[in-house]
Amino acid sequence: MASAVAHESHEHTHYTTTGLDNRKVAIWAFIGSECMLFASLISTYLIYKGKSIVGPFPHEAWTSPSGQIFKPILNIPVTSQSTFVLLMSSLAMVMALDAVESRGKPGYVGTIKGNSKFWLAATAVLGATFLGYQAFEFTSFVHEGLTIKTNLFGSSFFTLTGFHGAHVTAGVLWLLTLLSIDIKRGLTPKDALLVDICALYWHFVDVVWIAIFTLVYLIA
Amino acid sequence: MATTAATPTFAPPAAASYGQTGIWSWITTVDHKRIGALYLYTALFFFLFGGLEAGMIRWQLALPNQHIVTAEQYNQLFTMHGTTMVFLAIMPLSAAFFNFLIPLQIGARDVAFPRLNAFSYWVYVLGGTFMTVPIFFGNAPNGGWFGYAPLTTMPYSSGLNIDFWVMGLQILGISSLAAAFNFITTIINMRAPGMTLMRMPVFTWMSFVVQFLLILAFPAITIALVFLLFDRFFGTQFYEIAAGADPLLWQHLFWVFGHPEVYILILPAFGLVSEILPTFSRKPLFGYNVVIYSGIMIGFLGFGVWAHHMFAVGMGATADTVFALTTMLIGVPTGVKIFNWIATMWGGQIRFAAPMKFAIGLIALFTIGGISGVMHSSPPADLQQTDTYFVVAHFHYVLFGGSIMGILGGIYFYFPKITGRYMSETMGTWHFWTTFIAMNLTFFPMHFSGMLGMPRRIYTYDAGQGWDTFNLISSIGTAMLILSTLIFVINFLKSRKSGAIAPNDAWGAGTLEWSIPSPPPDYNFAEIPVVTSRYPLWDLKHPERTAGIAHSAPDIMTITDAHAVPVHEETGHKTAAELGIPMPFNTVKPLIAAAALVTMFSGLLFMHKDQFAVAMTITIGSAALFVGTLYAWLTSPLE
Repeated sequence: MASAVAHESHEHTHYTTTGLDNRKVAIWAFIGSECMLFASLISTYLIYKGKSIVGPFPHEAWTSPSGQIFKPILNIPVTSQSTFVLLMSSLAMVMALDAVESRGKPGYVGTIKGNSKFWLAATAVLGATFLGYQAFEFTSFVHEGLTIKTNLFGSSFFTLTGFHGAHVTAGVLWLLTLLSIDIKRGLTPKDALLVDICALYWHFVDVVWIAIFTLVYLIA
Repeated sequence: MATTAATPTFAPPAAASYGQTGIWSWITTVDHKRIGALYLYTALFFFLFGGLEAGMIRWQLALPNQHIVTAEQYNQLFTMHGTTMVFLAIMPLSAAFFNFLIPLQIGARDVAFPRLNAFSYWVYVLGGTFMTVPIFFGNAPNGGWFGYAPLTTMPYSSGLNIDFWVMGLQILGISSLAAAFNFITTIINMRAPGMTLMRMPVFTWMSFVVQFLLILAFPAITIALVFLLFDRFFGTQFYEIAAGADPLLWQHLFWVFGHPEVYILILPAFGLVSEILPTFSRKPLFGYNVVIYSGIMIGFLGFGVWAHHMFAVGMGATADTVFALTTMLIGVPTGVKIFNWIATMWGGQIRFAAPMKFAIGLIALFTIGGISGVMHSSPPADLQQTDTYFVVAHFHYVLFGGSIMGILGGIYFYFPKITGRYMSETMGTWHFWTTFIAMNLTFFPMHFSGMLGMPRRIYTYDAGQGWDTFNLISSIGTAMLILSTLIFVINFLKSRKSGAIAPNDAWGAGTLEWSIPSPPPDYNFAEIPVVTSRYPLWDLKHPERTAGIAHSAPDIMTITDAHAVPVHEETGHKTAAELGIPMPFNTVKPLIAAAALVTMFSGLLFMHKDQFAVAMTITIGSAALFVGTLYAWLTSPLE
């Protein structure tokens, strides 16, 4: 007993009730809160679906009073590509966490599987690619005559996807921060928590996009 | 063994002498107790400010046809009275208790994220200032505390007033959310060995429920405010009826937040009362489990009743019926608590000290407010009462009679723990009775003026409508209320310096916070206690009181904390360094981050004058400073 106690105090371990790190508990609470944030945005989008008085519309063509014809504005094939890119980034994120947790294990040393820098960079690059697609999409919409001011669809669409894009941007910055730590001193299994909480956030942002892609793009 | 003799063996130190002293040490503090004290002082200041706003309102309405303030000034006064009391007084007063008490009640040395805690406080105080200062320039928010859009959109409210409100609330939301993540983590993860969920003190339990309400309710108003901000500044059409927008969108989003907010305001007071009543009845709380479960049930149902604020908008019979039923249902767990408190007092050896008086005051007054609340749950009745003074009477019985009475009781109860000195009992008695009488004098006649048809938010009225006497009585009551609050302020300030010295266990209570010195040392517990029941200190000193509740032997095998020992009274007076307890470093970074955040929002005010470049420069500059400070903060060690 006594030696066990001495050992613990020597290790300077912080006792927690659940045995989980505080940061892990907090990120789950944060994600719970973020669910309500996106729920409010998505609900508003759905409430305003089909309520716009003027076009362009997401799924239907629209002829303006002056006779100009607007195609349905959503480009599902292109957005499917960006969705795939974001999904792949989640895969890379899983690989990055695995590489950090298994640092030094046989089968990981010197292989691509164990190269956490590669996987962190890959996740960040895929995330940035998604943002590139979004920038392209926003610009082309503006060229086609849809801005945040045009109609209810424009207001709710740009705000919803813009909020999601801001979350991806924050995630990319977070990933690049982890990458820079990895390059500077190397992430070890002891740092796995740092990658873990970033991964939880990243997967959450990814899942939100699946909901947005389904509800906004796929369901007409 | 019993070391809580009336005369302690050492002179209690002044609040700060365990750690550093001086203003800089308060600015850079990350100690949850000092942050709690900062919350307390700041929130009391805003409480007085909001009370003076109410005084102006009642002065204007004391007699018919008065024009002491103009209609515009009146709008600003009632808007800021509501906003101040809800967001700058009651919520932060509760936060003062969360900060001070939660770690002490669960046997922890601090909250999970001490620096985030400091950040929450600084965001609150700067955000509160941001929202309050405009009233001195005639520019205060004027759209009601609920800020209904489209009334608050640019075409109808083109001044800066609403911008201060929108950004002020956004800032305060960040403060509340950051604090909520912190407390959820603290309660889940920082409990002392043996402190199972069903042994937690009821205050901590009610706070736990409140934190979940905060993290789930605030995002809804955050989004509603983002829409409003975008409508005002970037030309979106969320609340633009001509573009096909739903005129009820704001109301739904606001009340999805707004109704849980009601429970955010009341549950901490319920928690405080549930600590006070057992202590002064010298009996464990009656039906602890039921009190906890009904608190959780209130939390769940709190999200399903929001549209009872909207019966008058014409939602249709189905929606009205559903929300009427859920509203009646939520009265049940609330009523259950009332009976639990009464049963706690039943057969107890009651001491009517000041905290107990306020706790019993809460039971009486909250019940009146609860009953008129059940009346509102019936749509046909509500249609008669909506937007009349009857509703004003109802929610003041709930918020003043409930939240404020509970919080005042909590202040009298915990003042000895916070400062090491008792508040004056004589002045406390005067304060209680004058408040109790004045409160009823102010708000009870509003039931009648409301029933006689007096609408809310009118800045003056004609004589001879049957409201004159009731309004005069209400205004006399308010004047009395201001005087009684003055008694409290004098008591508070005087007792800090010269109150009777309090021992560890100032009232003979049963929970952990009373086992350590008053005021507690900066590390709280020299040895982390091992908890074996709900009232560990009564197990030690009055085992007969807790004979009927579940206990467990100290389970040594599951304890991995080196500092853990069975509960005992701590009388030592050593510094953290002498005990080898690592303490977090003081830091100014949370304050810088908070200031950057508030500046970031303030920059957007320039959008109003179409100075887009200035707005973006300030906002992006501050955002960069914020992110930079965050990096510096996260990369510097905590302790």
